[in-house]
Amino acid sequence: MRLAVALPCLLAVAATAALAAGGAAWVRLPGGDFRSALKYEDARKVRIAPFELQQRPVTNAEFLAFVQAHPQWRRDNVASVLAEPRYLSHWASPDVLGDKALPQQPVVQVSWFAASAYCEAQGARLPTWSEWEYAAAADETRRDARSDPAWRERILAWYSTPSNKALPRAGLQTPNAWGVQDLHGLVWEWTDDFSSLLVSGDNRMQGDADKFKFCGAGALSMDDRENYAVLMRVAMLSSLDAVDTTANLGFRCARDVK
Amino acid sequence: MKASSKFAACLSLALLLLAAAAAAVAAPKQAPLPRDSVYQLPATLTDQAGETRDWRSKRGTPQLVAMFYTSCQFICPLIIDSGKAVEHALPADQRARLGILLISMDPARDDPTALMSVARKRKLDAAHWSLASPEPDQVRAVAGVLGVRYRQLADGEFNHTSVLVLLDAEGRIVARSEQIGSQVDPEFVAEVRRVLAD
Repeated sequence: MRLAVALPCLLAVAATAALAAGGAAWVRLPGGDFRSALKYEDARKVRIAPFELQQRPVTNAEFLAFVQAHPQWRRDNVASVLAEPRYLSHWASPDVLGDKALPQQPVVQVSWFAASAYCEAQGARLPTWSEWEYAAAADETRRDARSDPAWRERILAWYSTPSNKALPRAGLQTPNAWGVQDLHGLVWEWTDDFSSLLVSGDNRMQGDADKFKFCGAGALSMDDRENYAVLMRVAMLSSLDAVDTTANLGFRCARDVK
Repeated sequence: MKASSKFAACLSLALLLLAAAAAAVAAPKQAPLPRDSVYQLPATLTDQAGETRDWRSKRGTPQLVAMFYTSCQFICPLIIDSGKAVEHALPADQRARLGILLISMDPARDDPTALMSVARKRKLDAAHWSLASPEPDQVRAVAGVLGVRYRQLADGEFNHTSVLVLLDAEGRIVARSEQIGSQVDPEFVAEVRRVLAD
């Protein structure tokens, strides 16, 4: 009798562990020449190689499994040059999620270094900004819905909602045309090359103190001025340092197609 | 009796060997790295002499660090000027105790030959100056701990922020300066002096 109870329980635990270890499903995207909403001075379009992206952001349960396997990423062990003091601060303890971090919610309060290390441990990497922007250009039916004002409004509506509410679970949204979920409307996400987004806050300031801040032609500008959602994301990512964490910044992994 | 003494001798020999092995392992081991040391990030550097080492080998000597790339025409020569200007502002005994480490953001092109060519052209003393490339997949993270942002352009050039970072002997960031060129921020130089005086 006891055994009969224990067995399903054990199976459930094993299934949860397998789910946590395996992480989100991978979705294959074909790539190609993509027109970014950003205006790069060196190229009109960016070429994106075929890649795979995780279907939804990494969850607390998945990140906990990573921290347990790699204790140097526990919040009480982590090097302060790799994650700031707020790293995983919403967890009940260094290895217990607790009420403020439900297993299926996307993990937040993670630094770029920690997110990169997680993906590396899965044999993957963070997506590049271009890969992310390309995947996120789709709505539920169209691979590039960016010119549709109604869709833009929908995305912007999320940005205007207060972020002090509890985060929904990852993987609840209808997949976009590629089969990817939660690119909008859940959390902000790290990209591998977030620090290549050289948006100059200094345009507001005149003067020579920052004359040399950007070597070369300098800061990015927008090619598509109507695309406020992309503008906001770029502004947010460009304001971060790699150690930073925030209460609504998570990540998902990508990998090259072999 | 004989057998047991033999056993004891064998055991003591084994213990001796163990102790020796432990000492050999322990000997080069320093105190643990501080958690705020940039050397907490694993990175491997290959310098102008073709030597490949963990960048933790820089531990023990304060370092003036900046990121650059050799084919850069405009700002990177100024970064070298900055390093020289800091050196010139130091008394000779302090100069001898400062390492200057220029880390390439372009390891694909900055092999030891390219790095050596710049070191020769600019007459950089190999005793203090190290021009080095990380592994290609480490560049973004090294830039991350140093607070450098960059983007490679289609033509192979880079847009990048420029900063001088002063590390103490343990690899902790003590000071930063975005004032690049032969006029170095006097407060930054004062910090270099202070670190070298410690």
